[in-house]
Amino acid sequence: MYGRGLKPLSIASVAALIGAFALVFFYAPLDADQGFIQKIFYLHVPLALVALGGFVTGGVYGIKHLRSGSREHDMKSYVAIHLSIILGVATLATGMIWAKASWGAWWVWDEPTLVAFLIVFLLYACYQPLRFAIEDPDRQMRYAAVFAVIGGAFVPLCFMSVRFAQAALVHPRVLDQTGGGMPGSMFFTFLVALAGMTLLFVTLWKFELSSKHARAQLAALRRRVASA
Amino acid sequence: MRPVVAALLRKDLRLELRTRESVPAMVLFSVSTFVVFRFALDRERLEGDLAAGVLWVTLLFAAVLGINRLFVAEREQGGFDGFLLAPVDRTAMFVAKALLLFGFLSAVELVAVSVYSVLLLGPSPFQAFPGLPLVLALANAGVAVVGTLVGALAVQTRARDLIVPLLALPLLLPIVIAGAEATAPLLAEGGAGALPGRWLAILGLYDVVFGLIAVAVFDFLLED
Amino acid sequence: MEPAAIELDGVTRRYGERLALDGVSLRVPAGTTLAVLGSNGAGKTTLLRILATLLRPHDGSARVLGAELPAQGYRVRGRLGLLAHDPLLYSELSARENLRFHARLHAVAPARIEALLDEVGLAGRGDDPVRTLSRGLIQRVAICRAVLHEPELLLLDEPYANLDPAAVAAVAPLIGPASATTRVLISHDVDSGLAEADLVLGLRRGRVEVLAPPASADVSGLYG
Repeated sequence: MYGRGLKPLSIASVAALIGAFALVFFYAPLDADQGFIQKIFYLHVPLALVALGGFVTGGVYGIKHLRSGSREHDMKSYVAIHLSIILGVATLATGMIWAKASWGAWWVWDEPTLVAFLIVFLLYACYQPLRFAIEDPDRQMRYAAVFAVIGGAFVPLCFMSVRFAQAALVHPRVLDQTGGGMPGSMFFTFLVALAGMTLLFVTLWKFELSSKHARAQLAALRRRVASA
Repeated sequence: MRPVVAALLRKDLRLELRTRESVPAMVLFSVSTFVVFRFALDRERLEGDLAAGVLWVTLLFAAVLGINRLFVAEREQGGFDGFLLAPVDRTAMFVAKALLLFGFLSAVELVAVSVYSVLLLGPSPFQAFPGLPLVLALANAGVAVVGTLVGALAVQTRARDLIVPLLALPLLLPIVIAGAEATAPLLAEGGAGALPGRWLAILGLYDVVFGLIAVAVFDFLLED
Repeated sequence: MEPAAIELDGVTRRYGERLALDGVSLRVPAGTTLAVLGSNGAGKTTLLRILATLLRPHDGSARVLGAELPAQGYRVRGRLGLLAHDPLLYSELSARENLRFHARLHAVAPARIEALLDEVGLAGRGDDPVRTLSRGLIQRVAICRAVLHEPELLLLDEPYANLDPAAVAAVAPLIGPASATTRVLISHDVDSGLAEADLVLGLRRGRVEVLAPPASADVSGLYG
């Protein structure tokens, strides 16, 4: 049931990602201050945005699970958060590389977005330990959903308070300058990269869901054969 | 709902008076932590940023101790079942536990801040009035709400002692940030600065957002 | 036909992959006693917790005292008394304090507490912490707690465990056949279970194996 549309979706995400890479290397202009390393922006920022979107999606399916009690909504929430944690690792890694290249240090505390992302990541890193420390499957789903809802609300609050805490923003804030500093070609490339990353996330999400679904069906069939 | 909350609170306060499991442990822990900071920082007097930071880190960890114990009697002595069998609003349990935690935190802070000003604080604590109690009350409300949720989540897991700090530290970080930023000017050497209003706003927003979420989701943590 | 206190139709409850209850259907008329027999792990406690609204059935329908579970659970809470394996008492509080707490949750007048403590012969030790009482005495307090609000349906899990014959006689008006309530009685002692029952339910691996009046119930296949 989750397998439907998986093939065109996979093709579309591969095409969008290839297109994004082509644009990044052959179309987008070199950044005047930072040079070539600025191109990591087209990877780092889509990764971060898609991961945060995944966390919030997990919260939305958490609410749906609490309302319906359905196992499918729990699976959707779980897989979205699980994938976002993986993207989160990649976000932190690319962010550190960018920081090292731009300011010569692997980590800087005056970058509020990165710091807030780290805090959110630390919270979500507890999702799996919490989930698998609960034995009863019904309770596991319900508690995971409650966590997802709390986490979903925590994401914007955390970004807000960390940003407030920074007295001075001394940063390559490419996104903030969309209107002014960032040329249209850069912004277009960024949008294509973001679309590719989103498609990749949805593809992986559906893929994982269909594989989990198939595994559950196989287990159910096995049980029926065994009991027959 | 009010008589039920009162009944729950009365029962919890009586249990605490008899077992003395939470507040004395939290106070002792705070005092020990101040002593640890004295040597870890190698400073005899603190003021400003550093004084605010040490105070908030200590209070945060003391709160984690309290959160850890909040639901243990309910879980181990059938309190959840006894409560669920009664024809009462389940949110009453959340309200009672959050009020209890708020009370515990306030009691601990009363002692801990006094000890802190004797042991480590450079400037006089009286210069921080009435700003400090206000910031503490706003922060306590947030810690009480989120701590009650985390305590209820963790008490049904196999690894409660581990889950509580892992979940509570990142979730309470905005409170520590806002609390420390708001307190730093109050503890400045040579007279308190103005209380930064925007940090109070952040604390208030945090309290409201998580208060609403907690009321919405808490019932699901009680169901079986 | 008398109105049914309990009507189950195909009630199923899973724990992960394992079926704890598998399509249990039965009907218990008001004012009668259902004895539930079965070896360990047969699903007796799960059944009792579903009837008590503490667990929700995964499949099938359950009507208790005219309310559909789990959706209308709030309508039966407060009308049923559960005497589970766990006494549901706070061990640091005295019998009186525990009962007073539950009386507040159920909005019961305090005079009833003294009457009950007298009846089970605990008036003299009502102020000792529950943890200092023997298991038999704790069971008597738990019985008081279960019948405090004069429930219409009693759910009893081994109610006579740890009670001496005199105590069994003392609690008989409260939870025995003379209590004139509908009763669901889990018993490991087959003979005494059969003696009190109007209807016998035999469970084996979550399925109904026997459902018959005691005279014609063959329970030999339930164990072993």
